[in-house]
Amino acid sequence: MANALDPHAAIATTATGLTDGALRTTDGMPLVRALARSQKRARRRAFLLVLPLLAFILITFVVPIGQMLQRSFYNDGFSAHMPQLSQWFDDNPRGAEPDEAAWAALATDLQAAAEARTIGIVGTRINYDVPGTRSLFTSTGRQVRRGLEPPYQAALLDINDDWGSPALWSAMREASSPVTSNFYLAAVDRTRADDGSIAPVEERQQVYVMLFMRTFWLSLVITATTFLLGFPIAHLLATLPMRKSNLLMILVLLPFWTSLLVRTTSWMVLLQQQGVINDILVWLGVIGGSQRLQMIYNQTGTIIAMTHILLPFMILPLYSVMRTINPSYVRAARSLGATSWTAFRRVYFPQTLPGLGAGALLVFILAVGYYITPALVGGSSGQLISNMIAMHMTDTLNWSMAAALAALLLGAVLLLYWVYDRMVGIDNLKLG
Amino acid sequence: MAVPTYATPLERIWHYSYLVICGLIFFFLIAPIVVIIPLSFNAEPYFTFTDRMLSFDPEGYSTRWYRSLLTFGMQNPDATGWAFWSDAWNNANWVKAAKNSIIIGVFSTILATVLGTLAALGLSRPEMPFRRAIMAILISPMIVPLIITATGMFFFYSNPCELLGIVGLPTNCGRLAGTYLGVILAHATLGIPFVIITVTATLVGFDQSLNRAAASLGANPRTTFFRVTMPLILPGVISGALFAFVTSFDEVVAVLFIAGPEQQTIPRQMWNGIREQISPAILAVATLLVIFSIALLTTVELLRRRSERIRGVTPR
Repeated sequence: MANALDPHAAIATTATGLTDGALRTTDGMPLVRALARSQKRARRRAFLLVLPLLAFILITFVVPIGQMLQRSFYNDGFSAHMPQLSQWFDDNPRGAEPDEAAWAALATDLQAAAEARTIGIVGTRINYDVPGTRSLFTSTGRQVRRGLEPPYQAALLDINDDWGSPALWSAMREASSPVTSNFYLAAVDRTRADDGSIAPVEERQQVYVMLFMRTFWLSLVITATTFLLGFPIAHLLATLPMRKSNLLMILVLLPFWTSLLVRTTSWMVLLQQQGVINDILVWLGVIGGSQRLQMIYNQTGTIIAMTHILLPFMILPLYSVMRTINPSYVRAARSLGATSWTAFRRVYFPQTLPGLGAGALLVFILAVGYYITPALVGGSSGQLISNMIAMHMTDTLNWSMAAALAALLLGAVLLLYWVYDRMVGIDNLKLG
Repeated sequence: MAVPTYATPLERIWHYSYLVICGLIFFFLIAPIVVIIPLSFNAEPYFTFTDRMLSFDPEGYSTRWYRSLLTFGMQNPDATGWAFWSDAWNNANWVKAAKNSIIIGVFSTILATVLGTLAALGLSRPEMPFRRAIMAILISPMIVPLIITATGMFFFYSNPCELLGIVGLPTNCGRLAGTYLGVILAHATLGIPFVIITVTATLVGFDQSLNRAAASLGANPRTTFFRVTMPLILPGVISGALFAFVTSFDEVVAVLFIAGPEQQTIPRQMWNGIREQISPAILAVATLLVIFSIALLTTVELLRRRSERIRGVTPR
């Protein structure tokens, strides 16, 4: 009877008395399951809101990039259109001298490719490895269509001596398999020798490693200069009263909102030999009229213009971190006898590191992939790896090579992006 | 920012030199943008101030480069009245480029804003699964170098149905490269990260209990969204849309790779102009674009303040 008098005990009895001791909703479902179900529904609803965009990004962005990267290791330009010769390479080990069967396969394939008008594709593929061979393929194609008599070796050599070149046969062997690592080897200035071993390419052809190094080096320099220029500005904006700092902030945000091409154009105008800066220097008498400085179409141009373009990306994260630093820490350090330099170095600066990390990573990531500005103001010594990718895409049409370079660059950028996400969190990315 | 009273003379000197340094850096930030404005009125085809300009001789200034923007590419630039304007509207290269930029910009902005706002709403819910990973994917178009994005798009838009071949469907559907739709889709992709970032930032301070209150008062989810959520996040959505529009308006790499001659936009026309023979007409375009960005910056700044006010966030 004591239970009946105690209302709490009564509830406990009814609750446990039902069946298995679990709390239930009014319709008799255990509370745990009801909660899980409603959580699941909420999760699904949240995910459904994101789904359209996720699908859009996957289709228009992620998949196309994946498809493009596939070209870096898969190129069937030769193997698909030269089946018999590819088969012969499969059957015979590396280093085997091409016998009459090989020449016969070559002649048949050339004839078939010429009929199908795919010989240009084949020639282009071999041309990547042995420059100048595209015309060999197309001109031979025109001749073999009129018919070719065995012995094929003699007949083909008769059309053009170049068919006997070991380098050509080696290139054809490499191209006979659609899956290849050769484009990646080329992207790090390596090549596969006739016996299959990997060796550095000739010294005068080594460009890519140098370009990667230059890209990273210039990006580092640009990150450092944006830091040197951005730190004082961010500090000033963070310590000024709100009204003044909002006004000055406009001076940072205006370049941020101004078109990239406009800013690049202005630098081209300013830095020209007959441009404003050189004119001022001549007028001031710093330099003579005949010794105008070459500040554009070289690395200097790239560094100046890109520093200007990326500076807001350094200032904004630094500023938002500096805003939160309590000024009384520095005052406390001063009152304990620290000089202003010590107080800055040991108390203030360490607190700005999160902002510095965010800004530096962002600037570096953006700088590594820059294309427009180096292409316009970089000249030949200020070109970055992006410009090489563009060149292979539009001029040499070596798309596999462009894809291999893009894959390496993308790998580096994604690694940095991952670090950024880890350190800063992409949700903390702020604009303006 | 005043010098503290306990500062040593050396520190005072440093303080004032620090202010001078900051002034110089602000000058570095702004001067390149401002200097092209007077230069665009140069009467001579030079990229520097002529003596006549420096002595404020009206002869040294002219609007010829602005006029040449209007007439460049016209069939009959000497026509007068209605014929002139209709010729300019239909044939002048820069006018056509501006029309294209606006059409592509508006449609890609609408697409990016609608999809991006929905996704941001989902991402800001506490129940959202794989939040971090999905966010990382959605932001990546901003991080991946444009040249890589454009290269990927180049192949994809040339034959968008190639993918269907994997599941055995016919792969010869129309190409999107060289069409307005292709450029709009590409630009929407590039603008989406900006919408996501600005709208999620607005939603950070969003009080979810307002939605529950609306629901408890009998509003259905649709009414709740349009009457409660939307008005509160609208400033963030608009500034995200402006970012997306500017991204599209300023984009040149994707346009170079996937647009045809019909989709010539202002940046692409500028790119051609700079690469070939740079003429001061480019400076006139640049000046107009600077004025345009000042207008946009003002709008965004006003929106930011309004958003902070209605959300009750005190200005930082």
